[in-house]
Formats: sequence, structure tokens, C-alpha cells
Amino acid sequence: MNKRHIIMIIAIILIVVLPLMLFQGKGEDEGYFGGADGVAADAITESGYEPWFEPLWEPPSGELESLLFATQAAIGAGIIGYFLGYYQMKRKMESK
Amino acid sequence: MHIMEGFLPWQWCLFWYVVSIPIVVYGILKIKKITENKPEAKPLLAVSGAFMFVLSSLKLPSVTGSCSHPTGNGLGAILFGPAVTAVLASIVLIFQALLLAHGGITTLGANIFSMGIIGPLAAWLIYKGSKKVGISITIAVFMAAFFGDLLTYITTAIQISLAFPLPTFGEAFSKFMVIFAYTQVPLAIAEGLLTVIIWDYILKLRPDILKDLNIIKSIPREGGK
Repeated sequence: MNKRHIIMIIAIILIVVLPLMLFQGKGEDEGYFGGADGVAADAITESGYEPWFEPLWEPPSGELESLLFATQAAIGAGIIGYFLGYYQMKRKMESK
Repeated sequence: MHIMEGFLPWQWCLFWYVVSIPIVVYGILKIKKITENKPEAKPLLAVSGAFMFVLSSLKLPSVTGSCSHPTGNGLGAILFGPAVTAVLASIVLIFQALLLAHGGITTLGANIFSMGIIGPLAAWLIYKGSKKVGISITIAVFMAAFFGDLLTYITTAIQISLAFPLPTFGEAFSKFMVIFAYTQVPLAIAEGLLTVIIWDYILKLRPDILKDLNIIKSIPREGGK
């Protein structure tokens, strides 16, 4: 990791933190930080449209939903770490 | 960018399936060819899919006050082109539709079209174009990922406005653009930066594969950090 990457990561953190500071003290109850997908769905329902199909299965609670999202991220991160680590070590061994 | 289950009239669901399926099928054939002819590129295929898995699971807050997630489709598009990325996106979207109730089976075709086809197509064209013009590779990668992300959401806004042109397509479009695309701008910047970071690692570790896939012209000098 070089300096350029550290600056980039700091920039990413700022992008995420800025909205939290901007809307500090506001929460879901005031209509903040909900998903854009849901906002769009609400706008569609307002027009009187009734969805004609329900999800086959929904995570029964927010906790379980976060479990599945974390699993999704963990699978991805594991694969990326495995291959980049493999490449890195391979390179090291070959240069010896 | 997920159009939720049942939230498109069935005619549109069918339409987007018809548009997306041939491209996904072409992508599957292309993946088969890559794994047969260039087996050394297989890990990068896995990394591209995995990158999408990670990024599309991260729901981030935006300055508009709502949350959305990056797409991760830029990396796959740069490395393997839009058709292959359409296949990778399909895997992510099926996972999310079945296990997370995000998106849906009826709207899968539409969601593949935005996240798997138009976004990656934009990213791929921008990368190719920037390379031709001679822009630095870092900026090319950043721009590709940024627009891959943004175009995904603009496509979603168009798809919903086409299905619900209330009162007109134009008015619906400007409404859904605010919901999706404005929210997405800062997240697309974050996605661009993240894509550059992983790209730098791949470039540093396996420039030979990138050259072999014809993504870069020459292998950068050893010792460059």
C-alpha cells in the first residue's frame, strides 16, 4: 500500500462520513438513510400501482438481513484476498 | 438500482429478459473460451466477480440523505468486457434476489440490463476510448468505474420511467434521476477510487495477464510502486 492508496482510502472514508455529519441526529424515522430502492418503490406505489409479485423469501428480520449481506461481502473479500495473496507470494518466491 | 420484485409490469419484465438473455448467453460462451484458452486469467475472473459481490453489498449513505450501493461492475468490464460482466452481475443479482429480497426474479432481466450490461458497456467504452486518447491508465480506470456505476443507476431511472411515465416520461425521469442518480454521484466517486486501488494491485502483481488479455500495451517497468 503506497501513499496514493492511503489518500484514496481517506477520501472514501470522507465520502461516507460527510452525509452522516450533514444529517446528524436524523434517522430512519425522519425519512433519512433509507435505501434509494425503497424510495423509488414508494414513489411507484404512490401512483396506485400494486406490485404483482412478492419476493419468494425475505429475511425475517433486519438482523438476518445483515447476516446475509455480511456473508455476501465476506465471500467476495475472501476470494479477492486469496488470489491477490497467492499472486503476491508467488512473485516473492520467484524473485528469490 | 434494484427494481424490487413485482415492481415492473410483466410486459416490461419480459422485455428486459428478452434483451438481457442473449448477452448473458454470449458472456457465458466468452467465459468458456477464456477458461479454455487463457486459464491463467481465471483467477482474475473470480476476483472481478468477487469485487462485485463486495461492492454491491456495501450500502453507503449519500449526501441526498438516502443510502445506495456501488456496483463493482467497472473492474470486470475493463478486464473482460461487458458480456462477461453481465454473467458475473447475474450471479450477484440472483443471490440478492433469492436471499436478500433485493431486486427480484421478475425484475432480474431489467436489473441485469442496468448493472450487468449498460453500466459495464459504458465502463468498457470509456476505458478503451481513454486508452486510445492516451489518458493515464489510472484516470482511465477511475473514469470507467465512475461511469459504469453512474450509468447503471441512470439506466434504472430510465427503465422505471418507461414503465411508469406518470404524468410523462420526462417528469418521471427527472424524479427518478433525483432518487437514483444524484444519490449515486458521491458513491460512484468512491467506487472509482476503490477500483483504482484493486487495479493497481493487479497491475503490479500480474501485468503479464493484463498484457495477454490486451488490456495494457506494455508491461510497466519492474520496481514501479
